[in-house]
Amino acid sequence: MSDQTIVSHGIPDRPAGRFRWWKRWEVVLFAVALAIFIFNATASPYFLNPYNLSDATFNFTEKAIIGFAMALLIIAGEIDLSVASIIALSSVAMGAAAAAGFGPAILIVIGIAVGIAAGAFNGFVVTWFRIPSIIVTIATMSLFRGIAFVVLGDQVYRHYPASFAYFGQGYVWWVISFEFVLFLALAVVFAVALHWTVFGRHIYTIGNNSVTALFSGVRVDRIRFLLFVLTGMMSGVAAILLTSRIGSTRPTIAMGWELEVITMVVLGGVNILGGSGTIPGVFIAAFVMGLVTFGFGLLNVPGIVQSIFIGSLLIGAIALPIIAGRIAGRWRNA
Amino acid sequence: MRLGRDILLALIVLAMVVGIGFITPAFVTPQSLAGLFNDTAILIMVALGQMAVILTKCIDLSVGANIALTGVLVALVNAAHPEVPIPLLMLLAATIGLGLGALNGAMVWLVGIPPIVVTLGTLSIYRGLAFIASGGTSIVGRQMSHAFIATPRTEFLGLPLMSWFAIVLVTVFFVGMRITRTGRAFYATGGNPVAAVYAGINVGLTQFTAFSISGAIAGFCGYLWASRFTIAYVDIASGFELQVIAACVIGGISIAGGIGTVQGAVLGALFFGVVSEALPVIHISPFWQLAISGTAILGAVIINSGRERQTGRLILKEASSA
Repeated sequence: MSDQTIVSHGIPDRPAGRFRWWKRWEVVLFAVALAIFIFNATASPYFLNPYNLSDATFNFTEKAIIGFAMALLIIAGEIDLSVASIIALSSVAMGAAAAAGFGPAILIVIGIAVGIAAGAFNGFVVTWFRIPSIIVTIATMSLFRGIAFVVLGDQVYRHYPASFAYFGQGYVWWVISFEFVLFLALAVVFAVALHWTVFGRHIYTIGNNSVTALFSGVRVDRIRFLLFVLTGMMSGVAAILLTSRIGSTRPTIAMGWELEVITMVVLGGVNILGGSGTIPGVFIAAFVMGLVTFGFGLLNVPGIVQSIFIGSLLIGAIALPIIAGRIAGRWRNA
Repeated sequence: MRLGRDILLALIVLAMVVGIGFITPAFVTPQSLAGLFNDTAILIMVALGQMAVILTKCIDLSVGANIALTGVLVALVNAAHPEVPIPLLMLLAATIGLGLGALNGAMVWLVGIPPIVVTLGTLSIYRGLAFIASGGTSIVGRQMSHAFIATPRTEFLGLPLMSWFAIVLVTVFFVGMRITRTGRAFYATGGNPVAAVYAGINVGLTQFTAFSISGAIAGFCGYLWASRFTIAYVDIASGFELQVIAACVIGGISIAGGIGTVQGAVLGALFFGVVSEALPVIHISPFWQLAISGTAILGAVIINSGRERQTGRLILKEASSA
């Protein structure tokens, strides 16, 4: 037991064969997604309707857009629990601007700018004062949503310009929504940034060993800061989509989303301790969570019961490979 | 230096109470302050359990869901069998909570899943189970027996039993963290897990113990919560886990493990108690509470950040010697 404990506190990276292992993880996850899809299709006659399926994508696109940035952040060994509160802050700012009579273009700029500012604040506190990001973002989670409450109280903003509705409700072509197209585009952008650029390699380096990364000439703090800004910005984008989709802002908007986003990222195979994970994994995990929510919804399973499934999936996803590896190891040693 | 920090926090809490007393003298009457302590009792108790977990380098996000599930279960038992004596019900609550906490701990210890992932998962699962157990409905006051509601409110030496529970638990922790082997093991495990192993401490078992304690306290508080608010349903104590962690953080318990005091956790919880009780008294909209809490946590950790920097240097030494 004891030597194993030491290993778990070492560098959170997998030994040789890691790459193959993660590759297999995405395959497993894809199989899970497929199984859920087939199960849903046979369980409910309403599932295989293109309009219904299109509706289902709204369940996860906004969360997944934050999830991509969160994946980068977690791979770099940090975390942001304040994303849902950034949505609230950003949405309140847009609501106030809309109430003052600004048009959709200005609203978008404000929504994204607030997200960037909030992310920059997180990044500044984390990198400047060297405080663990989990604490900083627990604090800003209260602070950002607190500001939203102070501004809005028990009121609601609901007078958004009609053309603003396109971002959350519009369709690019047939049943393909604007949100879904944006989700696909951002998936590609993030996948390229993480897997095919120096910036992406630096993220892995920092996550595996930030001290070594620093000594190897990686600008650790600058990249950390940028990742927080990026996560804030994506929360701002999600705020635009969500606000546009539901057409109103309350201070409680997107409550609890931070945990769902993190669940999605971890389910996608990103190591919560940092250092490994892929965007395709998060991409498939988004579909898994969306399909579960939608399929169970069609079967009238309440959302809270679905969360049992998601929670078990999260733990099982991490536990099963470990247990399987241990059994395989014992079998090989015997 | 650590004692100095706790004293500083105590002075801040005291200054807040005195300051509010100047505006509204009624706030600082003994009854009012006893009420404040009573209202904060649950937060204090759960924060102590969380402290044990955080000391061992772990985190327990499932305490709020634990409270909901246990609260619903004991309320259901009480509604169906009002004749079950309350002490037995309390024992049942603590036992259920212990089981839920031990499950968290076992997955951290035996399977080796990161604590944040385990408790993120069980947070959803426990709350989902609370929904299934309650059938989506609330167990309200008139379904509960008189004793179920009255017991924590029973006065003993001028204080409600609820407050006494907190006082006893604080005392147990204060002594236990100092003199028991397990108490010292919490600090050693979080301070340096590798060194702890070589010192003969079973790190995994210690973490398991911390989770079990945190779970048992949360379960016990599940009963107290249901009784105090005379309602039990799926959403009780929603988001409470973050307030508990925030109380620990304000109290100077390092999320990196190994650092923190019992009095710190209590003061951190009391800080929240004072803020939430004081706002209505000094006519500030309760909508300010979240923003004030956030600013306070941020302020506390920034003041604390000198120590975190030291931790950073320590990691460097470890890495170069490894």
